[in-house]
Amino acid sequence: MQDIADHISRSLENDVLASTVAHGELTIVARADHVLKVLTFLKDDQACLFRQLVDVCGADYPERTRRFDVVYHLLSIELNQRIRVKVETDEDTAVPSAVDVFPAAGWFEREAWDMYGIFFAGHPDLRRMLTDYGFKGHPLRKDFPLTGFVECRYSEEEKRVVYEPVELKQEFRDFDFLSPWESAEYVLPGDEKTDAGSNGGAK
Amino acid sequence: MSEVDIKNYCLNFGPQHPAAHGVLRMVMELDGEVIERVDPHIGLLHRGTEKLIEHKQYLQAMPYFDRLDYVAPMNQEHAFVLAIEKLLEAEVPERGQYIRVLYSEIGRILNHLLNLTTHALDVGALTPILWGFEEREILMEFYEAVCGARLHAAYFRPGGVHQDLPPGLAERIMAWTETFPQTLEDMEALLIDNRIFKQRNVDIGRITVDDALNWGFSGPMLRSTGVAWDLRKSQPYEVYDRMDFQVAIGTSGDCYDRFMLRLAEIRESLKIMRQCLNEMPAGPVMSLDNKIAPPRRADMKRSMEALIHHFKLYTEGFKVPEGEVYAAVEAPKGEFGVYLVSDGSNRPYRCKIRAPGFAHLQAMDFMCKGHMLADAPAVLGAMDIVFGEVDR
Repeated sequence: MQDIADHISRSLENDVLASTVAHGELTIVARADHVLKVLTFLKDDQACLFRQLVDVCGADYPERTRRFDVVYHLLSIELNQRIRVKVETDEDTAVPSAVDVFPAAGWFEREAWDMYGIFFAGHPDLRRMLTDYGFKGHPLRKDFPLTGFVECRYSEEEKRVVYEPVELKQEFRDFDFLSPWESAEYVLPGDEKTDAGSNGGAK
Repeated sequence: MSEVDIKNYCLNFGPQHPAAHGVLRMVMELDGEVIERVDPHIGLLHRGTEKLIEHKQYLQAMPYFDRLDYVAPMNQEHAFVLAIEKLLEAEVPERGQYIRVLYSEIGRILNHLLNLTTHALDVGALTPILWGFEEREILMEFYEAVCGARLHAAYFRPGGVHQDLPPGLAERIMAWTETFPQTLEDMEALLIDNRIFKQRNVDIGRITVDDALNWGFSGPMLRSTGVAWDLRKSQPYEVYDRMDFQVAIGTSGDCYDRFMLRLAEIRESLKIMRQCLNEMPAGPVMSLDNKIAPPRRADMKRSMEALIHHFKLYTEGFKVPEGEVYAAVEAPKGEFGVYLVSDGSNRPYRCKIRAPGFAHLQAMDFMCKGHMLADAPAVLGAMDIVFGEVDR
């Protein structure tokens, strides 16, 4: 596996930023604007032959300057080997679409567009994939609330399905249950009178 | 006679068409009866599983996998627990691995029985579904016997399986593997030489190896073109490397081949099930590491430590070390993968579910082009689409 990693970084030294092997899996990080070159190389090179695109997906890391990852999973049936290619991008920067290299990328990229708003340049049909007709927003972004913004119901008066803003009977509660002894930074009632309270909370 | 300008006809197939296998809406452009273009509209069953999983602890997220491909629930769970175990570097006791393999194969038969019989129904044969579902019901009783639920099992857990097989179940499963081949033979006798069935399937939806690779096909769809690619053989997980079974492949890559291939896979699954039952060692079924697996109820009555572990596991859950993994299993429909990113907390940071049906359905336009409208249900049936996993 390390051999393939070395071979790839040697052949594509301007396009591949890093390569790691962890948990028995090979990951390379590529430059977003060169991703087509990388994918084509991985597909055609005799030492790689990653001829099958298994998956394309997005991932959101809002604290980064370029918040999105686009993750490609490739499979080489000849070598019985998998590889993961990651590129970084943000809301405004388009990633070249891989449809010309792998036709299978079409729907996966549509899904990434739908879920994260990652734009793929050169995609022949970049419509929404899974969400409702006329849906607004990109639901898998970390800043999109789990409850969403609209809900729909059948209206007896209008004889059609109507969309209305979500109305919660109780505010959405998100328990993380992480141990309060390790993580809590708040002041418990009564703590302000003690030393612990003045130090900034239960430790 | 002057030339008449004939316009193409646009047809809405589904979302409530009985042959659409759930909630598929296909906008078809027809030239007479010949399909020019198919545009599948999916997402009518989208439940936001991936978003929900990001808000759940690992153990709480697990039951969502039963609700993806709901005709073979445990195979999906398998991919998720494998991903977690890979990140945790946890070991599964041998008996647990055997039970997982046994139930994965039961899942495969469950799936293939549904697919083969509904495929036959789509092209006009009513009897197989009536016979096949009787057997499916027995298999679901096996599910119920171990986990209490016919469909939504939540049986595979990180570190093993939830509980051991109840007494007598192994014998019941073994007895079933002896009687079932007769039903299977009866069922296939109705179909494989049937003239109508052949006319509807042979040479329909033909694909080549290159097409299959380009479109990201896996499972029976890929094997029907003659590629002997099966993750159980090529990247064995659990105890599949000890199992003696053949990988069925097709030759021409048409709908009939896929049908025959699934029949052969059922027979191989039966072989694996028998081997599992014969070779299954005694021992624990769940990891003994109480940081990921709950202690036994009896221990909790006496041991303070066990009680604390139980409390911590069912409130805070377990934390998974930072990292990212991709774990794939050979689900009945193809490669079912989970790409799991952990930030070191007790919840997945990102969990992408790679469903085989999603990649297969994508090629619907490519596979139907030039076929007749009546062939579309046959192509769709042989693809083995279940919307739970396509829409997620």
